[in-house]
Order: sequence, then structure tokens, then C-alpha cells
Amino acid sequence: MNDNIQNYYQELKKRGLTSEQEQKILSELEEENHHEISLMQSGVSHIAFDSLLNIHTYNDLCKLQNMGPPQSTYVNRLRSIDELLERDKQREKDGFPRKIRVGRLVKPRKGDKEKVIVVPTTVEEKFLHEKRLKTSEEEASGGSGEGEEGEVIHEQPVHDPETHGGAGSGEGDGGQHEMESNAYDLGKILTEHFELPNLKDKGKKRSLSRYTYDLTDKNPRFGQVIDKKATLRKIVETNIILGNLPDIAHIDPTGFLISPSDRIYRILSREKDYDSQAVVFFLRDYSGSMHGKPTRLIVSQHVLIYSWLLYQYAMQVESRFILHDTEAKEVDDFYTYYNSKVAGGTRVASAFRLVNDIVEKENLAIDYNIYIFHGTDGDDWDTDGKESVPELNKMLTYANRIGITIAEHSSSTGNDTEVERYLKKSNLLDEKPDLFRLDVMREDADETRIIEGIKRLIS
Amino acid sequence: MELIDQHTKKIMEGCKDRAREAGLCFEDETLEYIVTNRDLLELTPKVMIPTLYDYWVHDVEILKEKGRYELYPGNPYETVINTRPAISFYNDNNPDWLNVMIFYHVLAHIDFFQNNLFFRHTWDDDFSGQALSDKRLIAKLRSEKGRWVDYVIEFTRGIDNLVGYHSELSRLNRPLSEERSKRLDYYFDVFLQAVKKVKIHEYMKEIDRYNECRVTYSGHGEKAFFADISIRYPEFETLFKKHLKENNGADRDLIQFLIKNSDVLKKDDNRWMTSVMHVVRKTSLFFQPQIRTKIMNEGWASYWHETLFLQDNRIKGHEVDFARVNASVTALPRVGLNPYAMGMRLFQYIEDLGDKGKYDWEFKKIEDVDIRKKYNKDTKKGKDFIFKVRNDFCDFMFINTFVDQDFVSRNNLFVAGRRLNSAKMVWEYYVKSRKAKDYRQMLIDTLYHPPHIEVDEKKCNNRTLYLVHHFEERPLVKEFIANTMMGIEYLWGGPVQLETSEVVSVPVPQDNNMNSAFSMPQQKEIREQEVKWERVVYTMENRKLSKKPL
Repeated sequence: MNDNIQNYYQELKKRGLTSEQEQKILSELEEENHHEISLMQSGVSHIAFDSLLNIHTYNDLCKLQNMGPPQSTYVNRLRSIDELLERDKQREKDGFPRKIRVGRLVKPRKGDKEKVIVVPTTVEEKFLHEKRLKTSEEEASGGSGEGEEGEVIHEQPVHDPETHGGAGSGEGDGGQHEMESNAYDLGKILTEHFELPNLKDKGKKRSLSRYTYDLTDKNPRFGQVIDKKATLRKIVETNIILGNLPDIAHIDPTGFLISPSDRIYRILSREKDYDSQAVVFFLRDYSGSMHGKPTRLIVSQHVLIYSWLLYQYAMQVESRFILHDTEAKEVDDFYTYYNSKVAGGTRVASAFRLVNDIVEKENLAIDYNIYIFHGTDGDDWDTDGKESVPELNKMLTYANRIGITIAEHSSSTGNDTEVERYLKKSNLLDEKPDLFRLDVMREDADETRIIEGIKRLIS
Repeated sequence: MELIDQHTKKIMEGCKDRAREAGLCFEDETLEYIVTNRDLLELTPKVMIPTLYDYWVHDVEILKEKGRYELYPGNPYETVINTRPAISFYNDNNPDWLNVMIFYHVLAHIDFFQNNLFFRHTWDDDFSGQALSDKRLIAKLRSEKGRWVDYVIEFTRGIDNLVGYHSELSRLNRPLSEERSKRLDYYFDVFLQAVKKVKIHEYMKEIDRYNECRVTYSGHGEKAFFADISIRYPEFETLFKKHLKENNGADRDLIQFLIKNSDVLKKDDNRWMTSVMHVVRKTSLFFQPQIRTKIMNEGWASYWHETLFLQDNRIKGHEVDFARVNASVTALPRVGLNPYAMGMRLFQYIEDLGDKGKYDWEFKKIEDVDIRKKYNKDTKKGKDFIFKVRNDFCDFMFINTFVDQDFVSRNNLFVAGRRLNSAKMVWEYYVKSRKAKDYRQMLIDTLYHPPHIEVDEKKCNNRTLYLVHHFEERPLVKEFIANTMMGIEYLWGGPVQLETSEVVSVPVPQDNNMNSAFSMPQQKEIREQEVKWERVVYTMENRKLSKKPL
């Protein structure tokens, strides 16, 4: 594998690289990391330093009586979320800024990709003292026991930024207020709260697994309800054959003979349900340059998009997850997609190629609405898009919508990431605005910005 | 929510007797409830007071940001609340001996609430009843005015940490002995100096004259004194009366000021808003002393539950169980602060010193270190001393006065710091200092202290409200300024200005390595930056915030 990459690198070098690009490529190559999946940290193993500081967090009920914080049921919380969101909307109408933030997401547990934890939060704003001065020294706390001045008493590994405690969540720390909700409900909330537009239906495709029961089939001789019109028609037919209808102008129904097979009924039968269905491809760049914030941003955006699509298609969404560095590979579940660590070089074209291959092989274009969402930090070894753009063009032929999100590093100035450049150069954004969208945001974007980005991608 | 059963109640009455014998002093009536998980759910956002008013934020988790900002006054999970009668909550699964321990703890809390002077303003009313009527008022208003009630609540809560807690207290805690005439104060403090601007020797002459009058005419000295003044300065009386009228409004906190002077609130349609604001202000005042005496309160309660429990003859056989629970509550943590542990040890320390007589004036005169160490008069006045401390001190005074090097060394306390070791990529917790001065400073820094923001009436012109933040080396949280000021603007009905201090932006050295894979890992240097402050004025007008340096 390494050789391939090296070869590719040499090839690129021959084509010509600026020193900046070369530096980027070299740094990705040299990193020793591997794509691993971080183990989920169930409890809080480290001392939360900040919470130690506050003596007001101690209380009698928890300490003396050992009563844990109360748990609330999911149903209660869900109801209140609707009301709260209503209220929030009203605030905007009254001219006050919104206050409720729709929650923090915690990574979905393995094997159960439906569970997403939502916590509605708000802040009570007052005039308060800022606690931290902007010095590099952390604030001190108390302690007791042995130890000389300057002696180290405890070590704790730095909270790994790649561990996707992602999207600004805690490890479920606000325990009692969390609410387990389906990704479906989250999608519902997102649609209503953020007014994401409903996807236009691109036509009904056949669903092979859903059946409904309907009174549509006609069956002679027996059934639930007699279909009067069809029966009459049949009777008339029969009688014409019998010669009971000599004169069309004067039809005398009394002379008709009704044969048993003339009665047409409507019967309850199993029908294949025609339902629109979608396949979504989530593509993510997990190369070394995606270390830290860009990854978290992309991944949280993908969680939100996934939930929203679930709601839109009423659970009829199939999702495919593709990770790529210089090579692309498909993974089976969201958990792996979410948690695989970053390492390696960047080659966007590989992902696009894989998508095209999958669609071709499985003949997805016929039956499904296809959506493709790609997240990257904008760096690509293939600086001109010579490989990516043709693949992209191919995708555009069958996709309903392609959205590319670029989470720029704060070190790069606007508009100069490679992907952005070659995409813009290819004019695809202007030619096919309905099919192709691009969103560029900085890596320190917050939740609102992410949701805005989603709006841009799908509106 | 149910009252506890008779059996447990009897046990608790027994506890009350023993506590009274030991010297604790509290009212007779108390209420104990068994509380289940579901009850807690409804109670916790309301700070355990069932009658507190409803507010939508209670349904949402208030972003706590891991202790970064101060919590709303009052802890959501109190076991006992400061009402009359005092209400306390118990888990329904507790064994009898645990209930005994908890009840001693509760009794000590009640004793603290009812004796510490910082709670003075809560002694006369039943907060629970008050809160109930307030809650009904707000519910009624909500049915009439709808969501606007919640907006008013929200905006008033935004400034409720600026309530004039100390001025309320000072009104109530005036010493009864001195009766100083306001007239006299006005004459000497204001009239002669500011209005007439007399020279010093004349001032001194007046003082002498006053003293003579006192001596000559005994009871009527003052009258005689002022009789002369009315001849010399005929305008004195009118000025004095004017001064009285003006100063009746002195010491008003922001909420009171708004209620009294805002144009918006004077309109007939908006009169109801003032009642809501009063409710919010009252509630905040109620909780102020509780946050400001957390360490003392918990320490006092831990001290007594330990003392009384072990003396109680009804708990024979459960000493070990008790020891376990007690240890978990009052152990000093390796890293961190435990108010139970801290407070309890401080009280024990104070009692010990009191017994040895080390708080007497005689001891303080001694300079020899050896003698000081061995000094022990065995006065047995320690208990009295801590009772006095319980009456008069708040957390700040407590820590400032009693945390000295001896205490810190005895309990092996130190200030813990955290630094990043980038070579090993770990956070290192290390012993930063064992000096009492640093430890005290660290404790004081964690105490609740809202910013000191006042209305500057002289700078208010036309319709603008001018607020001044008296700077104490701690800047305000920037993100919150906009919305809070918007609330004030709404209530005031005109532009609002806030003068505060901010850090002059010093170019920060490039933040390194954690985010990008490009740069080489560097040694993190601790850079002590010179922090410079500048005075800025924020203006909120028509819901838009602007800032400019003074």
C-alpha cells in the first residue's frame, strides 16, 4: 500500500507541485498513524478539572443520601421539546434572539445506529465575571495529602482530539437531562426547527419490501365489496353475446340474464407499495490533514444530514458510508464511519470512483434517489482535479443531489483550498445548481453554521 | 410527596432533644417529606421549593459549562430549605440510623439558617407561603398577558444577581445602641463640608461647640446646638429636608431603580410588570445568603452530625456504617475542594484554638514562636467561640480570617495546578503551593461574587440609563452582555449604556500544534503576559449593541 502511495506521490511530483503542496503531502505521508477505531469511553475516567473547582456543585442529597440525579422519561422530554421550539420561534417574531439550542450529540453506539442523544439547552445570561484570564496557566484547584511543592501527583493523557467525543458533546455528562431519541425524531426536529426544505420527490420508485392491503383488485365471483359499475358492464357484455341487446337505443334491463361470473367484486389484496426511496452516500476524507476540528465538523454535519433524510423519507433511506484517504473503502455502519481515525494522504477522486463503481454494479440509479455528501478539508494531492472532475461529472448524471462541504483550516485564507479551486474552475456549480452544491466553512464553525451549511446543500 | 411515618418522626424528635442539649437553637416546627425520584424531577429546577414560580427555562437544561460560570443561586438538590417551618427531604429507602445522621445534619443546617445574621432578612417571613402567592400571581398574569410575562421574568432574572443584598441586610442589622441623629450627620458630613465649604478651623470650632452644648444642656444639647445654626444658616432646614427626600432612594439596586424610574413601567398597561420584577428580586434575595455561606453551612452541619451522632445512644451497632458514610462525605480529596470537609475541619480547628485560648488578645500579643506553639490555657471556650462564628461570619470572612498556615499545614493542604507536558502529551497535576496565602486566595477566587454594577445617576441623561461596572480585575463575560442589556433596554424603555473594563488585545503568540498536523510539536512555553485594561462603553439602542473605548 505504501508503495502505491509513494508511486502516486512521485507521479504528482513529476506533474509539478508547489513547495506548499509538497509540504502538505510529505507531512501526511510521514505520519505514523493508522486508521483505528477509538474505543468508546463509557465512564468519565479522568478527573474533570473544572468541576472540581466549584464548591457549589456539592449538595446534600447526592452526598449524604446517595441519591443520584433524577432520570426523566424520554416521552416527557420529547413533548416539552416541541413546546420549547414553538416558544423559540415566537421569540424571533417578537424581535428577540433565539435561545434554545437543539442539543448535543453523542456518538451513536455500536450496532445501533438509530440512537442519537439530544439535549435541549439554553443559557441564562447575566452579567457575570469571566473566570479565566487569557493566560496559558490553568486555574488552580485545591488538594490535600503528601507531596512537595512542584511534585507531580497525577497524570492524565490529554483528551485525544481525534476521539470523536464529537460535535461538542460531553461523554453524556449531563446525564439526567438527556433524551434518547431516534435519529428520525432528530430529523423531525431539524426540519421543523431549522426549516430545512423538504426534498422534492423525484418520482416513485418501486419498493420491494413494503406491502399494503388495498381494495383495488377486481375479482369475479367473490370478494368484499361488489363493484357495481364493473358488474353492470360485465352483465351488458354477456347479454350482448347472448343477443339480449338487439337495439342499443332501447335497452330493456329486465330481460337481462345475470350469470354468476358476471359479478365483479373488489377484494382486499396485497399490493406492492410504491414508495420513494433513497440511497445516500456519505463520503469522508480521513486523511492525516483532517486531524481535529475539520473531522468533527464534517462528521457532525453528516449525522444531522442522515437524521434529516431519515425523516424526509420516512425511514426509507439506505445509507452507504465511504471513507477515503488515497484509497477509498466502504464501511458497514455509521459507528465505524464516525470513529475511524485519520491518517494517510488525500485523493478525493478515489472516493468518487468508488461511488460510481457501486452505483454501476448494483444498478442503483434505476430504483433509487441518490444523494452524495462529501466532507473534506479542501486539501487534495490532485491539485487540478484532473481525476476528480471527470468522476464528478459521471456522478452528476444519476445523482439527485451532490453536496460537498469544505471545512477549512483556520490557517488557510479564504478560497484557496485545492478542492474548492478546481471545483469552481470546472464551472459545475454554475451549470448544474440543482444537482451540485458546495459549502465552505471554517473549522471553528458552530452548530448554527453547520445547520446553515446543510440548508445550503439541500435547498 | 408524603410526610414521613410516625416511627421515623419520633426518632427525629429525639434527635431534636439531643441537639438542643448540645446547644443548637432552632424553632420547634419542622416538616419532613419522603421524596421519590419523580418528585425530585419536578422539584429540582425550582431549587427544591415546590411553590416557586414556573418558568420555561426549568424545562431545559441550563448549560452549566462545567463550572465555568457561577451557578444560579441555590443548589438544585438541597436537602433542607430555609422556610418556616423548615422543610427537609428524605429518600424512602434510608435505614433508621442513616436517617438519624441525616437529621442531625439537617438540624444543624436549620440552626445555621436561623441564627446566622446573613440570613436575617429571611427570619420574619415564610418564604414558602410567599412563593406560593407569588406563583399564583405569576400564573394569573400569564393567563392574561401570555408570553410577555416570561419575557419580563427572563429579563429580570438577567439582572437578579445584582440585587442589593448587602444594603438590605444593613437596613436590618443596625446596632440598637447608637442613636445618631440624621440631622447631625447631615450637618457635619455634608452641609459644612460640601455645601458651605468651611475652613478646617471653623469646622473644629463647630465640633467643640457641639460638645459644649452636649455638656451644658445634657438632654437638649442638640436642640440648642441647632437653634443657633438656624440663625446662622437659615437655609439649612430646607436643604436638610431636600437631602432626606433624595437620599431615601439611595442604595437602590438596578431592579429597584428600574421599577421606580422607568418610563415603560410607569404606563398603566405595564404596571403588572413591576409585580413580576418584585417577585424575581425577592426570590434572588432569598437565595443570596445560601450561596454565600456554602462552606460554613456544610461544615457546620458536618461538624454537628458527627458530634451528635456518636453521642446518640440509639445508634449502637451502626458505628461502622456511619463511619463509612461519613468518610465518603467528609474526606479531603486528593485534588479538588470539598466544602463539607473543608468547613468541618475549619470548625474543629477553630474550636481547638478557642479552647487553647489562642483567639484572646493576650495570645496575639505574644511574639515568641515557641511560646505560641505551646500555648494552651485550656479555657474550654471553644464551643462558645464557634457558636459566635456561626452567628456572625459568611464564607469570605470565614476563609479570610481562619485559614492560616497552621490550618493548611495540619491538614496537608496545597494548591494544585495543572500544566501540559507536551513531551509526554499528558496533563500533569502538580503541587503548586503549600502556602496559606495562596490557598486562601484560591479559595476566595472560587467564591460566589457577582460583578458590582451600579446606576450612575449623574451620567444618566434624557432617556439613557448609565451603568457602571466597578472593576475588580475580572472582566465580564462578553457573550452575555448583549442579551442582558437588551433585557434592560426593554424594561427601561430607552438606550442603555454600560461602562466596563476590558483587556486591551495583546497579540497572542500563534496557537500551536493541536489542530494541524503540519507543524512540529513544540514545547509549550508558559508566557506570562502583561494584562492591560481599558475602559469601554457598551451602548444598547434599539436592540443593537455597539462598543467604544472611553
